[in-house]
Amino acid sequence: MPAVPMEHGLFLAALLFALGLIGVLVRRNVIFILMSIEIMLNAAGLAFVVAGSRWAQVDGQVMFVFILAVAAAEVSVGLALVLQLYRHLQTLDIDAASKMRG
Amino acid sequence: MLEWLWLIPALPFAGYVVLALAGARLSRTIVASVGVGSVGLSTALALATGFSFITSPQSNHVYSQTLWTWISVGNFTPTIAFYLDPLSLVMTLVVTFVSFFIHLYSSEFMIGDEGYSRFFAYMNLFVGSMLTLVLADNLLLLYLGWEGVGLCSYLLIGFWYQDPSNGRAARKAFIVTRVGDTAFAIGLFLLFTHLGTLQIQEVMQRAAQQWPMSSPLAVAAAALLLGGAVGKSAQLPLQTWLPDAMAGPTPVSALIHAATMVTAGVYLIARTHVLFSLAPAVQLTVAGIGAATLLLAGFSALSQRDIKRVLAYSTISQIGYMFLALGVGAWSAAIFHLMTHAFFKALLFLAAGVVILAMHEEHDMLKMGGLRRRLPLTFWTFLIGAASLSALPLVTAGFYSKDLILWSAWSSSSGSTWLWVAGLVGALLTSVYTFRMVFLTFFGEAKHDVTYRPGNRMRLTLIVLATLSLIAGLVELPHTLGGRAYFSEFMASALPALDYVRGDTRAELILQIVAGAVSVAGIYLAYLFFLRRRAIAESLARSSVGAALDRFWFAGWGFDWLYKKLFVGPYVWLARVNKDDFIDSIYDGIAKLNEVLYRALSVTESGKVRWYMTGIAFGAIVAIAIAVFL
Repeated sequence: MPAVPMEHGLFLAALLFALGLIGVLVRRNVIFILMSIEIMLNAAGLAFVVAGSRWAQVDGQVMFVFILAVAAAEVSVGLALVLQLYRHLQTLDIDAASKMRG
Repeated sequence: MLEWLWLIPALPFAGYVVLALAGARLSRTIVASVGVGSVGLSTALALATGFSFITSPQSNHVYSQTLWTWISVGNFTPTIAFYLDPLSLVMTLVVTFVSFFIHLYSSEFMIGDEGYSRFFAYMNLFVGSMLTLVLADNLLLLYLGWEGVGLCSYLLIGFWYQDPSNGRAARKAFIVTRVGDTAFAIGLFLLFTHLGTLQIQEVMQRAAQQWPMSSPLAVAAAALLLGGAVGKSAQLPLQTWLPDAMAGPTPVSALIHAATMVTAGVYLIARTHVLFSLAPAVQLTVAGIGAATLLLAGFSALSQRDIKRVLAYSTISQIGYMFLALGVGAWSAAIFHLMTHAFFKALLFLAAGVVILAMHEEHDMLKMGGLRRRLPLTFWTFLIGAASLSALPLVTAGFYSKDLILWSAWSSSSGSTWLWVAGLVGALLTSVYTFRMVFLTFFGEAKHDVTYRPGNRMRLTLIVLATLSLIAGLVELPHTLGGRAYFSEFMASALPALDYVRGDTRAELILQIVAGAVSVAGIYLAYLFFLRRRAIAESLARSSVGAALDRFWFAGWGFDWLYKKLFVGPYVWLARVNKDDFIDSIYDGIAKLNEVLYRALSVTESGKVRWYMTGIAFGAIVAIAIAVFL
């Protein structure tokens, strides 16, 4: 089976990660920020899988499953926070939640 | 009896504690009985102790009592211990006896003062500290008493603290004596590091064994101890505090600034005489300081107008005699003069106190006069004190002690004709200024109507001290008068005898006649200038040279001016320049820098989550870049 070169996989992972990071930084809507974080997590997961296949190790996929579990937990906590945020501020704008400034 | 030695200093301390804690709530009668009673008991105990000490068959004539170990650090283990030998016994007797009578006098003298219990508390504390100083077995305990009497001196000079000038005088006394005390403390460090002990007798023994004659260490140790003695005893160059110390109540001047505390320096030198014998250069300095001081103070006393300041300068001058005696190795003569001086100078101060009370707080002698008939008892006792101070031949105690000093200065191996001449000139000055005081105060026409009469307690004190001023000299008669030297024989086990090198009985007789004649001549001069022909003295004082000298002497040879220019001025200038404290500004700067950083960092805490994210991302990139590329 002609394998996809590792560099391609890693490049895609880096691209996804960068897109996710930019999303986190530029978006103001909390939901979108959460989604961007998911993209970043999945980019990291992709990098693990690619590395695992390159060295024919199962660890990469194990790590991806682990990341999925962490992501699920993170999203449940994150969505609960979003709900509370909306209940208090009647908006999903992250910049509105800036009461704890110095 | 001897084992009760510790009670002698403990009783006045107990009196102090009672008065300090409960004095304000007690009636004046109880305050007086506690204050006078504690010192009285102490005096009785000292007399009993002295009696059993003299009659005890001990061959070495020493008794020491260790109460407990004060501190124990390595081989540094000073004890709270008392040491009784003929020297400390004589000092103890003089201190307790004079203190008791001055307390008795004060219980009447101070009756109208609102700080009655405070006064007696301080006085008791003083007596306790002085007795600790005198009886101390080691130099550290001696230093404790030394600082204790310094503290009491400060407290009592500033007793009437509402007047700022009294507070200034108190601070001056404290600071000037502190200069000497610092030297003394350094001397103690030196002795301890090189001899490994502060126990006085062992220090003397080891110093004599380990240090050769005139070795640098012995010279340094003796010079540092001399520094302490000079400060406490108001000798050149630290004599400036004593005249100002007269701001305190008169009994304080009598007790602390004449009879006891200021003579502590003399006691210290006599106590550590071995060190001074090892350093002849320093010992010569002691004699030189004594001679110079007695002349300087004598001239200054001539031109004072305040009766207490005359007495203060005369105290400086008389202690100068004691230093002269110490300097020529006449240790027991110095202690002998210390004893007679304690009696007649306390008497003079106390009699002057009566005069000041009678004149309603007037200190200026030129405004007094004719008090002879108004205050007959005070006049006669003052006259006895003055005669003793002027060393009137044969009948007064002062003659015997001063004559012994003059004779020693002439005949000792370290004495010289110059020292003798200085002493003789000083003796002439002494009798002139003393009788100037007598004639101005008690003779001439009465300027005020005096109705005041001293009460029984004050009269008793004056009479007892006057008696002692007459007869105390009989314990040591010169060779020409039978030569019964009970005092120096008693002292012989503690202080070595004088090393005579010249002069026989005939020379002694001639010198005595000269000294006696000088004393009488001084009295006659005073009579001529200040009673018979006032005009001569006044025209002398008005002439340009006379007026300049008068001003110069009045200001105590300008020492205050000199020190003000030399030390106080620059110090105040430095303090003003450095008002914001240079060292402090470094630490203030650190605090300021922190504040600036804090403000800068608190701006970054904007509450904007996306900014925080940016920060984290940027930080992660930097960290990874460092990890990858470096």
